[in-house]
Amino acid sequence: MDADLSSQDRKDLDKFIKFFALKTVQVIVQARLGEKICTRSSSSPTGSDWFNLAIKDIPEVTHEAKKALAGQLPAVGRSMCVEISLKTSEGDSMELEIWCLEMNEKCDKEIKVSYTVYNRLSLLLKSLLAITRVTPAYRLSRKQGREYVILYRIYFGEVQLNGLGEGFQTVRVGTVGTPVGTVTLSCAYRVNLAFMSARQFERTPPIMGIVIDHFVDRPYPSSSPMHPCNYRTAGEDAGVAYPSVEDSQEVCTTSFSTSPPSQCVFTVSKAHFQTPTPVVTDTLRVPVAGLAFSHQLASSRLSYQPTLLGVGSAELAHPVVFAAGSGAAHPHQLMVPGKEGGVPLAPSQPAHGTQADHEKMATCTPSDGAHYIVTPSSSEDPETVSNSSEGRGSPHDILEAILVRKVGALVNDSVDQVTMTNLDIPFAMFAPKNFELEDNDPMVNPPDSPDTDSPLQGSLHSDGSSGGGGGNAHDDFVMVDFKPAFSKDDILPMDLGTFYREFQNPPQLSSLSIDIGAQSMAEDLDSLPEKLAVHEKNVKEFDAFVETLQ
Amino acid sequence: MVESSGSSPQGSGWSRPKRASQPPARLVGAASGRGMNCRAEVLEVSVEGRQVEEALLAVLHTVLLHRSTGKFHYKKEGTYSIGTVGTQDIDCDFIDFTYVRVSSEELDRALRKVVGEFKDALRNSGGDGLGQMSLEFYQKKKSRWPFSDECIPWEVWTVKVHVVALATEQERQICREKVGEKLCEKVINIVEVMNRHEYLPKMPTQSEVDNVFDTGLRDVQPYLYKISFQITDALGTSVTTTMRRLIKDTLAL
Repeated sequence: MDADLSSQDRKDLDKFIKFFALKTVQVIVQARLGEKICTRSSSSPTGSDWFNLAIKDIPEVTHEAKKALAGQLPAVGRSMCVEISLKTSEGDSMELEIWCLEMNEKCDKEIKVSYTVYNRLSLLLKSLLAITRVTPAYRLSRKQGREYVILYRIYFGEVQLNGLGEGFQTVRVGTVGTPVGTVTLSCAYRVNLAFMSARQFERTPPIMGIVIDHFVDRPYPSSSPMHPCNYRTAGEDAGVAYPSVEDSQEVCTTSFSTSPPSQCVFTVSKAHFQTPTPVVTDTLRVPVAGLAFSHQLASSRLSYQPTLLGVGSAELAHPVVFAAGSGAAHPHQLMVPGKEGGVPLAPSQPAHGTQADHEKMATCTPSDGAHYIVTPSSSEDPETVSNSSEGRGSPHDILEAILVRKVGALVNDSVDQVTMTNLDIPFAMFAPKNFELEDNDPMVNPPDSPDTDSPLQGSLHSDGSSGGGGGNAHDDFVMVDFKPAFSKDDILPMDLGTFYREFQNPPQLSSLSIDIGAQSMAEDLDSLPEKLAVHEKNVKEFDAFVETLQ
Repeated sequence: MVESSGSSPQGSGWSRPKRASQPPARLVGAASGRGMNCRAEVLEVSVEGRQVEEALLAVLHTVLLHRSTGKFHYKKEGTYSIGTVGTQDIDCDFIDFTYVRVSSEELDRALRKVVGEFKDALRNSGGDGLGQMSLEFYQKKKSRWPFSDECIPWEVWTVKVHVVALATEQERQICREKVGEKLCEKVINIVEVMNRHEYLPKMPTQSEVDNVFDTGLRDVQPYLYKISFQITDALGTSVTTTMRRLIKDTLAL
């Protein structure tokens, strides 16, 4: 079979397919960043634009793709897949799409590699650009931000469509026949998003234990981690320079010939050159300003689960970037002042030896987490903690928005209690004697299993302890510690519980106290005639006053 | 918002007549379909008045994205290199839809101009709000004097537009979403056709390039194309003689 294909053609074809795969991944991930993409046309070829299309290369994405491919090319049974999934702020996740670049055995011997195949691959990329804006996940990804983020994962091997739910649809982007097989690009996407909307309003207290295939809290999972679809340009090099050009950046200077194909001149030269494209900093370096609640989650985990320290922070760190701002917030504004946790590019991920496997469990490895945030080593834990404490101050509004939902659960309980206590004093149900309420209250007595701590609970308690006073388990007004929306600390520098207790029994007004009143009553009655006389004298003044009022 | 039921068997407004006899554009000196197969594709959309322009632009730009290349630079020995085509995402204001177009202001201006004229014609015609626009890709074939050059189409895209009037805001909101979904389907249909890799003109030599490509734009090079439209009544016959065409020469003016 290969005898028909010259070695030069074969090499060229392999190169085309390799770069096609890389560009495909770039297009897909960029389409899910949540931003509009705009690149400029250039009439003079620069030589670095594969397939004559201006598609930027995000170094992190290229790195991930190359890692997944591990030097191989898509072949029969070995497809390159990009999985797009959604993760909510509560940790639920759902696969949305799987984009597959497959190769089958149907060969087209007659086709000209360096000419027709190249142009058709270019056309296929254009089709991919169009189709990525048309699947349902596009609109979701444009609205990502606080409530959810979009993540991607690249794997190589067999396509796994189980996570897409029932009735998923497929769309074929296109095919290109080559002398060694037919390249096919397609997308399978979920249509059943009902799971999402039902989930959002569920109030199950512990969130762990639900699902979640991708984010099982295992220290050394074996397949590739999820990554957020986002990147930031770093003005200053923040320390993570992805090896975007360490291997040869192939320059593609294609010359085509209009004369008979035999004269086709196709030059592809290797060149090392500095990619001017922005270096993707560690996207998980959490910005200080507008720190997301999910970073809060990280901090809560730190406080409650010391054993899972590194993992917790690593795992939750991925989507942080998004939740950090509103969907429209430009990521560039949230740039970290580059110094936090000098993230070393983990040169080797020790536990991550097995390549992207067939296993569906896509989890975040702490070593890969290290790749992005901190290695689970003691020296860097304080930094993570400090990161979290810095962040704790800010996102109250986000926390509040979540907390408001939880209030409902407690309100129901206390309503029951009201009927049982006497209603002499206001806020009887909050009276100190009411210990039944707190015993049943899951918020007051958190369930003991550390694994099942709701991250919200964790954060609430950590907030409570820092709030001072009413944060401990025996406080009646635990829910008050949750800082209900729009409440501010500075107006009343005491917490609400203390306030209630203090002002439950205010002193009586002096004019209403009976003994004093009784005495002065008699005097008042006696002095009435004198007062009347005085007033009659001033009648004219009163009349004038009334006139002015009219 | 509800698509007018076309004659297509699939019901998605997608029909593919076998012969090229139906394109409405009357071509000067052209022999439609003579000598080579001309693909003809028809798309139908039902939109509200203010969505007409965006829907048409979305379809036309998606087609032209696939039918444009970078600028050719011819070198010695008959070889040429190709420039780079940039793309940009465009959000529609009146439709829940985003489409990709080539980054070329000139091309966008040219399309907007003709789409604007179409919209005005639709409005002024006072008819049922039916019209169609055709985007035709053609090749020029030089003829001997005194005959003028022939324009031979090889692909024609026709978009049939049906304008509906909606009464309430809620209906309009639903229409936004529905039309967005329909346009998604149209894009998928367009990509399907493009993917068939059917006839494309051969890459021309330097002397022939203007017979195949529109080389007048600064940053991209689409295949030679013309856009024409007509307002129709319910039977599909033209009710006005308003017809504009954008040919490469007039574009240069």
